[in-house]
Amino acid sequence: MHTVRIGAGLGFYGDSWLPVRASIERGEVSYIGSDHLAELTLAILHKDRLKDAAAGYTRDLVPMLTALWPLAQPRGVKFVLNAGGLNPIGARDALVSAFREKGWRARIAVVTGDGVTGRIDELRAAGQPLAHLDTGADIASVRERLLFANAYLGARPIYDALSQGADIVLTGRVADAALFLGPLVHEFGWAWDDWDRLARGLVVGHLLECSGQGSGGNFGSQGAWARVPDLAHIGYPIAEVREDGTAIVTKAPGTGGRVSFDTLRQQLLYEVHDPHHYYSPDVVLDMGTLTLTDLGDDRVEVAGATGRPRPDTLKVVAGYEDGWMGTAVIGFCWPDAYAKAEATVAIVRAALAEQRVAVEDFHVEYLGLNAFLGPHADVSGRDDLNEVWVRVAIRTADKRVADGLGRQFPWLALSGPPYMGGFHGIAPASRLLGLWPTVVDRDLVERHVEVTVTQ
Amino acid sequence: MRIRLADMAHARSGDKADRADIGLFAWDADGYAVLKREVTADRVATHFAWIAQGPVERYPLDNILAIKFVLNRALQGGAARSLRSDNLGKTVGAALLRMEIDVSEAEAARIVRREPRTK
Repeated sequence: MHTVRIGAGLGFYGDSWLPVRASIERGEVSYIGSDHLAELTLAILHKDRLKDAAAGYTRDLVPMLTALWPLAQPRGVKFVLNAGGLNPIGARDALVSAFREKGWRARIAVVTGDGVTGRIDELRAAGQPLAHLDTGADIASVRERLLFANAYLGARPIYDALSQGADIVLTGRVADAALFLGPLVHEFGWAWDDWDRLARGLVVGHLLECSGQGSGGNFGSQGAWARVPDLAHIGYPIAEVREDGTAIVTKAPGTGGRVSFDTLRQQLLYEVHDPHHYYSPDVVLDMGTLTLTDLGDDRVEVAGATGRPRPDTLKVVAGYEDGWMGTAVIGFCWPDAYAKAEATVAIVRAALAEQRVAVEDFHVEYLGLNAFLGPHADVSGRDDLNEVWVRVAIRTADKRVADGLGRQFPWLALSGPPYMGGFHGIAPASRLLGLWPTVVDRDLVERHVEVTVTQ
Repeated sequence: MRIRLADMAHARSGDKADRADIGLFAWDADGYAVLKREVTADRVATHFAWIAQGPVERYPLDNILAIKFVLNRALQGGAARSLRSDNLGKTVGAALLRMEIDVSEAEAARIVRREPRTK
């Protein structure tokens, strides 16, 4: 029986590729799918590209493949990575150049056409409203502030690249799970309207696209997380997929982490909206029909997912400038640590008002006390804390105001409440970005998609 | 008696644009029946009134003993424009596990656990 083993690469830009070694060396994988692009990542890459036009892809690409290709090449393991970010051609060029320097040969494919930043007016003229998917707002309200806009492509161009003999496929924005669905369609020859098989392939991709979250990492729980063995040497998830799309999710032998009914279903629902209509460019997945069967020994069978026809539109996420954030963090020691932090915040707030500084939002969190749980934090010990740290964050249209927030604090070391310590320094302003999710007729994007293979 | 959801369930949360989403998981079928009865969309909306400005959606999944919650307009416009330390909503799942529910002592004896039932 023909099965395909495919392994998880990175789950985000900044993730570790060390666990991928075990999947290649001992996990018998034929493919690694690597997701470098969280929803927010294009915003980070845009900032990079402002400083250097050749940037805009995730810089982990070259060091990652420099480390892994010597292991992968003799075993015939192929890579599909969305590390191209906003600049897939730049990513390809950097990788080709690094490989040439080493004297390595690989067929490297690049997928382009997801970027629609320069096509907004053309798409509008073609009758695409590009209204905000959630609020229905008109994109004209942010048109002048748009920094990037990218469509989520599906598995088809990845399939095309593999069919053309690519060893490494680099993409920009694609649906995360398509990084895995592309190789599966290539291996099994699934029809592009075989909705149930495509849905099962999509489930595999979804379970693998967040690296260690599919094998016991970030296991959200009280107590149970501590029983996941050896997170220091976690094995990223590997799926062994059959022709009908049924899969066994596991990990490389001798690695840490845990693949179980519990760890896997946490990942199944992660960042999913309606589980009965999980939209992708290739199929609409219904998670309500599938089964997860724990076979023990870090093996879980995933079967029975069903699909409906793919949408006629592709999702686009655009980013636009939306003001600046200024932050400051300061600590106070017992006694009255909380009261002193609160008093200091009140002084700063009053000072900003007296100086007629335009602040849209003023956000206060007491770190270690209530920054995460808000009103659900237990603050009964508040009046006798050993120490507390307060973080103030402001939103403002004026970068100078955001840059200046930190300067409101140091003078209070001598003139404010006692036992202040650990001022974190004056943090520079951070650019805030709004995300604009919308949809576009897929044909208007797909006719621009190109796959180019370099020897 | 009152118990926290953390005493009978596990959860993971994430973000999509201005939505925070949470998967809530019972350890077994008995626990799942209690989750379905007690953790309504209204209760979750009240619990998260301090962050969620839009409606709460709820999707029970009997096949995996889980309920998916989606909190609309819960991330100050989205992760890249949020002022919060947890701009990505990663800790929202923990906040849900702090929710307290009322169960009978007999029920508590069946469902309170912090690991899967051993086979």
